[in-house]
Amino acid sequence: MKRVYLDHAAATPVRREVLEAMLPYFSEFYGNPAAVYDLGAEIKEVLEEQRTQVARLIGARREEIVFTSSGAEANNLAIKGAALANQKKGRHLIVSAIEHHSVLNAARYLEKFHDFEVTFLPVDQYGLVDPQRLQKFLTPATVLVSIQHGSNEIGTIQNLAELAVVCRTQGVLFHTDAVATVGQVPVEVQTLPVDLLSLSGPALGAPKGVGALYFRDKLRLVPQIHGGIQENGRRGGTENVPAIVGLGQAAALVQGELDAKARHLSRLRDLLVAGLQERVPQVLYTGHPVQRLPGHASFCVEGIEGEALLFMLSRQGIYANTGSACASKALKTSPVLTALGIAPDVAQGSVVFTLSQDNQEDDVHYLLEQLPPAVERLRSFSPVWRKKMAAVAGA
Amino acid sequence: MRFLKECKADATADLVYRVCPMHLLEPRELIKDLKQGQVLEILTDYDGALEDIPAWCAKNGQEFLGVGEDEEEDFYKLYIRKLH
Repeated sequence: MKRVYLDHAAATPVRREVLEAMLPYFSEFYGNPAAVYDLGAEIKEVLEEQRTQVARLIGARREEIVFTSSGAEANNLAIKGAALANQKKGRHLIVSAIEHHSVLNAARYLEKFHDFEVTFLPVDQYGLVDPQRLQKFLTPATVLVSIQHGSNEIGTIQNLAELAVVCRTQGVLFHTDAVATVGQVPVEVQTLPVDLLSLSGPALGAPKGVGALYFRDKLRLVPQIHGGIQENGRRGGTENVPAIVGLGQAAALVQGELDAKARHLSRLRDLLVAGLQERVPQVLYTGHPVQRLPGHASFCVEGIEGEALLFMLSRQGIYANTGSACASKALKTSPVLTALGIAPDVAQGSVVFTLSQDNQEDDVHYLLEQLPPAVERLRSFSPVWRKKMAAVAGA
Repeated sequence: MRFLKECKADATADLVYRVCPMHLLEPRELIKDLKQGQVLEILTDYDGALEDIPAWCAKNGQEFLGVGEDEEEDFYKLYIRKLH
């Protein structure tokens, strides 16, 4: 059976060149980078080279990068670390309503245990945050604003520079979760201009279990993993050297490929979107129609449950998602789709396809062959769909 | 401990919230770039620095100038003059 993997926002294969670069660091070069003898010093040097590669990808300096175990940890360090370091100035945070759980729950942690007040900023029908609205929510006590660069659930890319400028003008720190965008579109920390930015390995073709946080200049952060002097005293725990080598190599590779990658992905995505809208009636294309991640196509298929569609597609060798990887298991209506104003019965039919360079046109054609009959079958025994059709016929 | 009302520094090592012993490691590197007679300011929230920094100066032949008085902040400011 043909296998078509279209869930690259959830997990990606490690690139072959990246894996090859990593392998010697599991068994041959295994020293602890903190060790004072040459076996450690050599590894420390390798670690710093990777830091330079990651910094270069986003236009930062080497000293401005902390390696973490994931994008989620980077988000936690940014939100909790920066908020706690600045709590003397105030205890008010602003995050958008469509953030990843690692941002939302880090903010809720500060609300519950550290007496912070959190504003969850509404978004428009496309998931965009309005800079003027953000401005209105800033108070003298606001110390940090966090707004995701690109959404893995609806594909929308924010007008980040406008939002960041609002915060910089007011002297408020601005963090962005750029896990979905770094490695997909050009991201440059100076022009955005952000104070903190999270990224993660899998989006670049590096392994799971590695991420990084950019922090501007010498911005203070309260460590969230208390330990030794790793990462210059900002994050305890011996560095995951093989994974960091993977991240550094992936960053170096993707830098020269971004334009070609975006062209390839957006061509496939447009083919997918047009084909699906042509073949399946009553489908809502979610997120911004243009200002979106190049390899991202998300829909709400009316009259069905997204999970049922995923199941049917997986039986044909097609792997997709209903939203965020963790939310899809909970069988809950997506808070992101709710924030967009999508009715719960429509949001139930959420399905998300995320492409990579490995996908080709025949993958999209295969999906477009398999998806319409699957939807038709599910709708044929859907009471919601029958009711809707009866109402249309009656009208 | 000598308290200073004001002290002009030529360089600053900001180690606030960074774990021990960063308050010894980073100043050791930064002081290498200073000229003889120049002053390094160390910002740290680590209480142990009040003992460690003067002891490090005594051991390494640098002059510990004292601790800055700043009740507004919740971290310490320590000053070292480079002697060699």
